[in-house]
Amino acid sequence: MTGRIADLRSELADLCKRVDRRVQIMEVCGTHTVSIFRSGLRSMLPSNLRLISGPGCPVCVTAQRHIDAAIELASRPGVVVATYGDMMRVPGKLGSLEAKRAEGALIRVVNSARTALDLARREPDRPVVFLAVGFETTAPATAATVLEAERDGLQNFSVLMCHKLVVPAMLALLAGEDAAIDGFLCPGHVSVIIGSDAYQPIVSKHAKPCVVAGFEPEQILEGLRAILEQLGAGRAELGNAYRAAVTDAGNRVALELLERVFVPADAPWRALGVIPDSGLDLAAPFERFDALARFEVTLGTDEDHPECLCGEVIQGKAEPVECPSFGNACTPLEPIGPCMVSSEGTCAAWYKYNRPSATTAGPAGAKEARA
Amino acid sequence: MCLAVPGKVMERDGDQAVVDLQGNRLTVSTMLTPEAGPGDWVLIHAGFAITQLEEKDALETWEYLQAVCGDAIGEAPEFDPPTQANEEQK
Repeated sequence: MTGRIADLRSELADLCKRVDRRVQIMEVCGTHTVSIFRSGLRSMLPSNLRLISGPGCPVCVTAQRHIDAAIELASRPGVVVATYGDMMRVPGKLGSLEAKRAEGALIRVVNSARTALDLARREPDRPVVFLAVGFETTAPATAATVLEAERDGLQNFSVLMCHKLVVPAMLALLAGEDAAIDGFLCPGHVSVIIGSDAYQPIVSKHAKPCVVAGFEPEQILEGLRAILEQLGAGRAELGNAYRAAVTDAGNRVALELLERVFVPADAPWRALGVIPDSGLDLAAPFERFDALARFEVTLGTDEDHPECLCGEVIQGKAEPVECPSFGNACTPLEPIGPCMVSSEGTCAAWYKYNRPSATTAGPAGAKEARA
Repeated sequence: MCLAVPGKVMERDGDQAVVDLQGNRLTVSTMLTPEAGPGDWVLIHAGFAITQLEEKDALETWEYLQAVCGDAIGEAPEFDPPTQANEEQK
């Protein structure tokens, strides 16, 4: 495998020489970000190739108003909030779910929407709200669970819909004037569901190469090579360097399920604002499972920490070390922004893995990052 | 959060299957992979099998996961297989 990596590095070097300009490729997915840092891939890349981390960590893009709503729901007497563990420490206006749990709120960490449903089944007198976050990889699990709740007539189960869709966010990034993105390394496991053809609008409307890749270093290099090949030849096409798991059309059963249970809806993204049709709401036949309506909770506004640069970081406009809080006031132990909370957040990955680069680039935070 | 891990289907009963994740057995939904049967490999995410995989690719992925996480697979949140059974004990 190492030999293959060496070959790919040399191919990348040749391709980058041929392109002969600075190339910026966005890895959209948080799992890619972690793998890139863990393997030290950044330091192996040609000097004119820069990877920028995109908005592909569901925790990092969840708007504060949704965290606040989850905390408000957890404040209602007897209500159980079930959440993926990643969300526990994300700070909202009223603190985090973790802090709320320490105060005695009924908050349960689950690894599947079905576990939340089982909680509801076991205690029929207790309302259970599932905090439905995640991209298209995770949304079918919520859809299946809602369908099951409907089939079994469960009265005490509801969901707080925070799911997000990847392609609309990529399009929104490109619509920004200052987006200097030459191509996208597209997420592997999101694409298992949506298929590599789903990125067609980015290729057609914006002429940016979109290549799906797996998360192993070799697979990531394969993806980068495919993007650079296109850039070198002046082409912009769909590519799939993860054929082991991803097809052109995606998982048909999962897509049908999403279409049956959900409808596209405008959704608030942290720092990106509301992006049209970038989220999911429950379709009319399943509206009774909407936690906001059931408990009459209104979404508030987002007031992110004034010093926090997470918004710029997830748009690839700033690197974590440019944030005054990075490594100082904001660390994985006491995070201020979601990119430091989530293990797949760009700031957490920098903090954990990116020490050599932090020494050169970093202002205040870099020293702490090395500690 | 979008990471999925490979598991081998041991037995299937309707839309549920018992899968083996390198010795760790758990029950997952196979609703999204209607064709997966005993002996097949699937990618598992949040308690659901989301696609089928060739054995060769599944084993390669495990090899990678073990190389980067070692014994700490259960400790590294980004590579934490969805151990639904553990959750239920809580």
